[in-house]
Amino acid sequence: MPRLPKLAVWKFTSCDGCQLSLLDCEDELLALAGSVRIAHFLEASSAQTRGPYDLSLVEGSITTPADRERIQHVRRISRRLVTIGACATAGGIQALRNFADVEEFARAVYASPEIISTLERSTAIGDHVPVDFELRGCPVDKAQLFEVIRAFLAGRPPAVSAHSVCVECKRNGTVCVMVARGTPCLGPITHAGCGALCPRYARGCYGCFGPMETPNTTSLAAEWERRGVPRRDVLRVLRTFNAAAEPFRRESERHVD
Amino acid sequence: MDEKTLRVVTRAALEPLPGLLRDRGFTVVGPTIREAAIVYDEIESLADLPIGWTDEQGPGGYRLRRRSDEALFGYNVGPHSWKGRFHPSDVLLFQAQRNGRDVEFTAPPTESPPVALFGARACDLAAVAIQDRVFLGSASIDPIYATRRRGAFVVAVHCTQAGGTCFCESMRTGPRATRGFDLALTELLGAGEHRFLVENASERGAEIADRLASRPASSEDLAAARAGVERARTSMGRKLDTDGIRDLLYRHAESEVWDAVAHRCLSCTNCTMVCPTCFCTTVEDVSDLSREHAERRRLWDSCFTLGFTHLGSGSVRTSTSSRYRHWITHKLASWHDQFGSSGCVGCGRCITWCPVGIDITEEVGRLREAEGSRAP
Ligand code: SF4
Ligand code: SF4
Ligand code: SF4
Ligand code: SF4
Repeated sequence: MPRLPKLAVWKFTSCDGCQLSLLDCEDELLALAGSVRIAHFLEASSAQTRGPYDLSLVEGSITTPADRERIQHVRRISRRLVTIGACATAGGIQALRNFADVEEFARAVYASPEIISTLERSTAIGDHVPVDFELRGCPVDKAQLFEVIRAFLAGRPPAVSAHSVCVECKRNGTVCVMVARGTPCLGPITHAGCGALCPRYARGCYGCFGPMETPNTTSLAAEWERRGVPRRDVLRVLRTFNAAAEPFRRESERHVD
Repeated sequence: MDEKTLRVVTRAALEPLPGLLRDRGFTVVGPTIREAAIVYDEIESLADLPIGWTDEQGPGGYRLRRRSDEALFGYNVGPHSWKGRFHPSDVLLFQAQRNGRDVEFTAPPTESPPVALFGARACDLAAVAIQDRVFLGSASIDPIYATRRRGAFVVAVHCTQAGGTCFCESMRTGPRATRGFDLALTELLGAGEHRFLVENASERGAEIADRLASRPASSEDLAAARAGVERARTSMGRKLDTDGIRDLLYRHAESEVWDAVAHRCLSCTNCTMVCPTCFCTTVEDVSDLSREHAERRRLWDSCFTLGFTHLGSGSVRTSTSSRYRHWITHKLASWHDQFGSSGCVGCGRCITWCPVGIDITEEVGRLREAEGSRAP
């Protein structure tokens, strides 16, 4: 029997939701266990196998000096490194600190702020080490997560597209909420991947998957304002899970009064 | 159209029509209200139609509104076209299974029950004729389209009002359907009873029409039907001057108009996805965890994505201006060279369903203006 590739799952600053997406794939997990050796996955098991690893899935952003050291180590012991989720690919919701004073946050939240060792900014894994593939989403879509693993095993590029959510809406036959209901929707500037979940339930897209390949944030923001969305709300909607993703960050800055 | 063969069917007497089609093995697909719009979906009976509703359309906007009557067809075209019926947005092309040293390929079954399009408008039938040319007209026939299209029955409806983004009059595709149907209805409201002028254009159309209680059309019925279509003709929400349009586009491979539209265009693909003639696809290959099984799917794609022109060295059309220019030039110019007609039938969907309301008729107007201002 050939040696099974070794898979590791790493957590940095994050909520664990993306790792849970992997555990959530009940039907596929057995098949996965037959195709890879799950060598390091603390969320699932405390048993660990030493590296190096063939594929590392990295969840979470870099927010502490310890994170910054550890990611270098993880990169060194990983043949392929794939980041999963908005934290790992864009800094996550915790990147809201990038727009504020972290020390002030620490004083407001912790009884003894002096024992908190944290960085001023929350940054993506790709800002620190080379990344082989970034899988977007808050959380990632479990079908896409499996597709990335299947693609890795076959040595082919993953079938993950970087176009807008609108493409998924239209392929599904979903009626556009922005046009038919006047509901503000981030879909035109947001990376596909969720299958246009929110428009399917008559809601606008919240941008969980971050910026699409060529996001015209300025045009969409102007359109929202034309349709009566206050500037402040445009700012707030761009500052969620992917606040620090460059196109969203830049556009949000334009809406600071 | 031979006016002597036209019959009139009352609203009540039209009731059996969907059932008659179903009895003959058709899946009946027609307009119905879902998700705040009039979409095309399977219908059981006339009660599923958007009775007493209309649609208000403009650039980037669509709203359902109540009518003051109980019209069955008192609206224009919505977000769906018939394209999805014959050219599915996501379809399995083949599966492959490794068997020792061999690979076994299997194609999915292509059987598909014949469909009856119920309430197809002139612009959309012109679009079906264009897609027929694209998918069936050349040496390479698309088997998926061919299977689904084969034997389709068409109940056309001549438009008696035009929507805010309609311009079939400019494209000479409507508002009266002239071909591609088995039966055509003109809805007559207003003075007199709620009734339909019924025109049959095929043997199977006649067979079904014969089963509806009817009377010969009077000269008043005929006049009312003509007036209805005339009302649509004179109330087009948009106009497109098609004079020399192919060369106009070709003359403007370089133009500041493209840069201006690119400031607004989101490259979101909505215009291409809703267009009843756009046909482009991509294929996606996936393999399973065991690497023993693989499949290839075909999905709707759009010239507004980067992947559309992705080659070994990257994307060819990286700027939005080049993508918008490509789209409109194909629709209005190179389509003539490629398929012998315009690629635009004037349905107005790309205008209504563009989230930022970019208007193909306005953009052509801008090109003409740009040319006018440069002329000596
Ligand atoms: S609902 Fe949102 S994502 Fe869907 S087509 Fe409209 S703008 Fe795009
Ligand atoms: S474009 Fe013409 S045929 Fe099409 S819906 Fe409008 S009026 Fe009817
Ligand atoms: S280009 Fe626009 S108006 Fe013309 S057929 Fe396509 S969607 Fe309709
Ligand atoms: S023209 Fe409108 S619908 Fe088409 S890609 Fe641009 S923004 Fe989207």
